[in-house]
Amino acid sequence: MKIKDIITILNARLLTPQADLEQEVHTACGSDMMSDVLAYVKDQSALITGLTNPQVVRTAEMMDMICIVFVRGKHADDTIVNLATQRNIAVLQTPYSMFTACGMLYEHGLRGGGEKQ
Amino acid sequence: MSFLPLHFTVSGYDFTCAGEASSKVKNKLKQLGYDSEAIRRAAIAMYEGEINMVIHGGGGEIFVEVYPDHIDIKMADKGPGIENIEQAMQEGYSTAPANVRALGFGAGMGLPNIKKYTDSLRIESEIGKGTTIYMTVQVNHS
Repeated sequence: MKIKDIITILNARLLTPQADLEQEVHTACGSDMMSDVLAYVKDQSALITGLTNPQVVRTAEMMDMICIVFVRGKHADDTIVNLATQRNIAVLQTPYSMFTACGMLYEHGLRGGGEKQ
Repeated sequence: MSFLPLHFTVSGYDFTCAGEASSKVKNKLKQLGYDSEAIRRAAIAMYEGEINMVIHGGGGEIFVEVYPDHIDIKMADKGPGIENIEQAMQEGYSTAPANVRALGFGAGMGLPNIKKYTDSLRIESEIGKGTTIYMTVQVNHS
C-alpha cells in the first residue's frame, strides 16, 4: 500500500505537502506508547497514533518510519509538521478513531509486524 | 584504532529537544555509510537513553565514539541514581511520573529496549550521585 492509498482509505488530510506519496508502506503500528513503538523494528512502516508531540516524530525518525497518521482529527502543531518535513516523513490527519483507522487499513491488506513471539 | 568522537549536552528540562543528539548521531552515521541496521539500533538505544536523561537524570552528557566496526555510547547524568538496577531492567517496571506517561514514555521499556538493541550494556549508578550507562553496538560489514 502506498501513502496516497492511506490518504484515500482514511479520508485523511496531508499536513506535509512535500511528502512523496508514492512511497510503499509495508507494515503499520498503532500505539500511543512510544517505547512500545521503539520495541518494534520494521522497515517502511506507518505509525498510527493519538499522541501529538514532537517525540512522535523523533520516534518515527529513529525507526525509519515514513508516515505518521494522527487519529480523531488531532491537531499537529508547526513544530511537529516542520520536524517531520525536514525528515521526509509524511504526516496525515484522519477523522477516524485509532481502532477504526487501524481496522480500515487492515481490511485493505496492511499488516502489523514485530509481534512478540 | 582511530575513531570519531562526538559530544552532546542534554537539557534536563526541555522534553521537546530530547532526541536531538540521537538524530545528529543517526545522520552522521548515515553520512559515513554505516549499515542501516546498526544505525537504527544505535539511534534507538541512544534515543531511549536520552529520554531517560530528560525524565530521570535532569539532563547530562553524551560521548559517542564511532569506530569502523562498532559504536560506543556513554551517557552520564547527575540525577538521583537507580536504586535497583535489576528491577529497572525488567520490562514494565517504571518510576516515571504520570506527566511523562502522558507524553508516550515511562512504560518501563527504556532500559529493556536499550539492552535489546545493543551488543553490550553496562550501568553504573550511585544513589544521589547519578547514573552512567555504557553501550556498544557492533557494526556488521556485509
